[in-house]
Amino acid sequence: MASYHTTFGSLDKYEKGSVQVIDDDPKHYAFSNCFEVASKSKPYEKVAVGKNLKYVIEAIRAEGTSPWYSNAHDEAVLVMDGEIEVHLLQPDKPLVPEGKEGSVRLDKEPAGKKMGWVKARRGHMALLPKGAAYQFRSAKPGVMLQQTILGDFTVERWADICQTKA
Amino acid sequence: MSSVAQTPAVNALGYKSFAIGKFSFDRDEYFAHIKCPGNRHIMQIDAFLRALMRDVGWGFFYGTVNFDHVFGTINHYGTVEMFVGLLNDAYRAANRHYVETFQAADLRKVFEAMLDDWTNEGFDPYAAPDETGLAYGAKHGSNTKALKRQRMVAKRMVGLPGDLGYRTDADGYGINRQFKDVAQDQPEIHAEPGFEGQVHAFNMFAYVSRSDVTWNPSVVSCVHDSQFCATTEEHALPIQHGNDRVEWFIQATDEIIWDVDDGKTGRPRAKVVMKAGDVAAMPADIRHKGYSAKRSMLIVWENNDDRLPNMYGKGELKPYPVEF
Repeated sequence: MASYHTTFGSLDKYEKGSVQVIDDDPKHYAFSNCFEVASKSKPYEKVAVGKNLKYVIEAIRAEGTSPWYSNAHDEAVLVMDGEIEVHLLQPDKPLVPEGKEGSVRLDKEPAGKKMGWVKARRGHMALLPKGAAYQFRSAKPGVMLQQTILGDFTVERWADICQTKA
Repeated sequence: MSSVAQTPAVNALGYKSFAIGKFSFDRDEYFAHIKCPGNRHIMQIDAFLRALMRDVGWGFFYGTVNFDHVFGTINHYGTVEMFVGLLNDAYRAANRHYVETFQAADLRKVFEAMLDDWTNEGFDPYAAPDETGLAYGAKHGSNTKALKRQRMVAKRMVGLPGDLGYRTDADGYGINRQFKDVAQDQPEIHAEPGFEGQVHAFNMFAYVSRSDVTWNPSVVSCVHDSQFCATTEEHALPIQHGNDRVEWFIQATDEIIWDVDDGKTGRPRAKVVMKAGDVAAMPADIRHKGYSAKRSMLIVWENNDDRLPNMYGKGELKPYPVEF
């Protein structure tokens, strides 16, 4: 039986594909690579790599301890590289008004009850449940994709991250 | 609106013939034959059954399911258009195209019966070609169980209490032969008392490595209408999917090469080569077909807002997702 090798990407080693244009504009494909984006990002900068009207996917470089965040809807993170802790806290009072969209960065750790924490590695997906406060911790640089809604802290720099020429 | 499906007749090879509206379908040992006013069309039977499986399994999917460059269906979410040549430049120029509209439930009934009757024992249209037997020959047996797989849809996230469960050896979801090297470790979950089930994580790559189907996205996580649909891809997408909204691809492992053609004419527009970590949009006015030499993991990211096809169709939204 043949043996197979599954190719993953990482901050240290990734290979980027491309759009080979025949009769189109490469910008229409908003083609980027999450490892390349994270390699050029500040820690915990939430850089949109996908946008579907109000919904976004953010590529995040996880390094050190993040600010605390909260939300008014579920979010999810998928670890693409590294080992990242997600610490969750149930705030004493709601931190984000109902209907507010996207992740909301908090000034400090809110008062509340510890819910627990998750240690996630490559391929692991963690829930950031509605109404919770959360913080990421990563001893070494890692990469995660956050499934969320366009918010005040989403960074859009498409011209910098996407293929623009044929 | 056509709705009458006729009683199937059985041919000398043991296969039933099917008809709905002015379309008729027959199969022989190697081919599916599609006839409608002014046209007859032929497809290799294995290619036809693989495409038919996706059309049935996805409930006609988002937008257009092109079985090939001539025949297909367009989902209008309640009704379905079935066509020959409608989205083919040459057929349109020669006015040789034909289209007929059906109630989705009526067409689905015919398609399900055709798929069940025409699929022989040992052939699984959801499997990669290297994993299954042949579709050819006179009728011999059936494979109904393989055709009845339900599309898996998580409401919030796989593994949450009351939500879609994990794939396990015990449930018949072994690790695929091409993903034996995918780590099966689980995230560490340290939930405080009272928060069990709220502090949640799972190994999505391990979950996907156990998929027993190809080119069949299943929802693993949701943020309102934002759906992460994870899938394993091997060999070729059996259809050309014509988008009725923007969708996005996140290549999680390995490589897929996409042929991107114009949605209406079929004229080539681009080739998109995606490697692990790449993210790309598929515009709302294209059709695409993927090729994956080694089984790979893909996250298809969908916006499930049912208002979108109408908004894109009317030109209220641009067919591409961002401007820069």
